[in-house]
Amino acid sequence: MAITADHIRDKLTKELAAVHVDVEDTSSNRCAASYKVLVVSSQFEGKPLLQRHRLVNTCLAEELKEIHAFEQKTLTPEQWEKQKSQ
Amino acid sequence: MNSLIRNTARCLRSGAAVYMPRQADGRVWTSSARFLCAAADVQKALGDIVQKDKVVVFMKGTPAQPMCGFSNAVVQILRMHGVDDYASYNVLEDSELREGVKAFSNWPTIPQVYFSGEFVGGCDILLQMHQNGDLVEELKKCGISSSLLEAEKESK
Repeated sequence: MAITADHIRDKLTKELAAVHVDVEDTSSNRCAASYKVLVVSSQFEGKPLLQRHRLVNTCLAEELKEIHAFEQKTLTPEQWEKQKSQ
Repeated sequence: MNSLIRNTARCLRSGAAVYMPRQADGRVWTSSARFLCAAADVQKALGDIVQKDKVVVFMKGTPAQPMCGFSNAVVQILRMHGVDDYASYNVLEDSELREGVKAFSNWPTIPQVYFSGEFVGGCDILLQMHQNGDLVEELKKCGISSSLLEAEKESK
């Protein structure tokens, strides 16, 4: 399976009903496949950080087997709006 | 905060080039522990490890010499809070530990941080907790007083 930023973005958008997803391929900073993602979804409401990250991890379980480094930021739509206005 | 990012970037750049195995500070997952070769034994050993110390970090490298930017970030954040005495395990020394801890925590990446036997998260989570004040609270729950609290008190 070829992991691409688009593939990751599509999967996250679909499975987490995300309103916004940013996927940055950071592989050039390291020697292997690495990604940095921002996911905005109302599914994160009321969930502590760890639970949110686990949701993302579960969604990308197959891909993560081959990804070397992974950074993620998970926000609710409300947090995302607040961040944008800062 | 900026120096944290600079240090992390520096570590990322130089990390791959220099690898000199060194004893981790304090508790060490040494090769002598390799008699635990069955996967189930690794899981059981991990269960004991995370209960044994209040703060446990599975990382790449050691607190004295982190071998990865994310692992370094965790070390720096803990240091900022005055947490210098914790159990750290270098997954680069043992591939069974490296895979075993991922299965144990059901978490795909290293570093991994445990407080009082409970999985906290990786670098991203620790950083966000540090930024939003949750880290000070979580440390307090473990009976650890963050030095940032002391610094705040002194400045008042």
